[in-house]
Amino acid sequence: MRSVFLYSGIFLSCLMVLSLYRAVFGPTVLDRMIGANAIGSKTVVLLILIGLLYERVDMFVDIALAYAMLNFIAVLAASRYFQKRKGLLEKMK
Amino acid sequence: MLDILVVFLLVCGLVFFAGGAVGIIRFPDFYSRLHPAGKLDTMGSLLMMLALALFNLHHFSLANILTSVKIILIVVFVFISSPTAIHGIVDAGVRAGLAPWVKGDKRR
Repeated sequence: MRSVFLYSGIFLSCLMVLSLYRAVFGPTVLDRMIGANAIGSKTVVLLILIGLLYERVDMFVDIALAYAMLNFIAVLAASRYFQKRKGLLEKMK
Repeated sequence: MLDILVVFLLVCGLVFFAGGAVGIIRFPDFYSRLHPAGKLDTMGSLLMMLALALFNLHHFSLANILTSVKIILIVVFVFISSPTAIHGIVDAGVRAGLAPWVKGDKRR
């Protein structure tokens, strides 16, 4: 069972690299935010996988909950901030 | 029996996450990229967290039940917060005046 968790964690990290492509090369700012949000939602699952591998899941579940809240608040704050920046998007069209 | 169910749920969640990652890369514009980002990541985290909460109940005790309930509560929070965050990004795009992609346009 340990190796199943290990390999699914490795596969999840590879998927995070795919999302990192969108966060780095995205044509607009909002595309980068989608990539960052996708990486964050994968990280929450990865943290609990790491907790099961280290057999300290009671500690890692709190870290995962805090990370989920931080991801949500960061995306909401950034989207409220960038909706006033009209010039950033129209230059890209 | 429990292990087979856990592995099945883990593989299903990984398939959903893989579809979400490929969709975020391949879709042609910003608004259509939000569809895999909002839906498939939420479903993938539901399936994977369900598998991990089931596996955590191998040794049945009060502390393990509490940890599993916490994992399920993380899923409930993700189900509320992830569509809200995606809706906030859509709202930012609409208000900033980003035109949607139509058929025949160049991929962005």
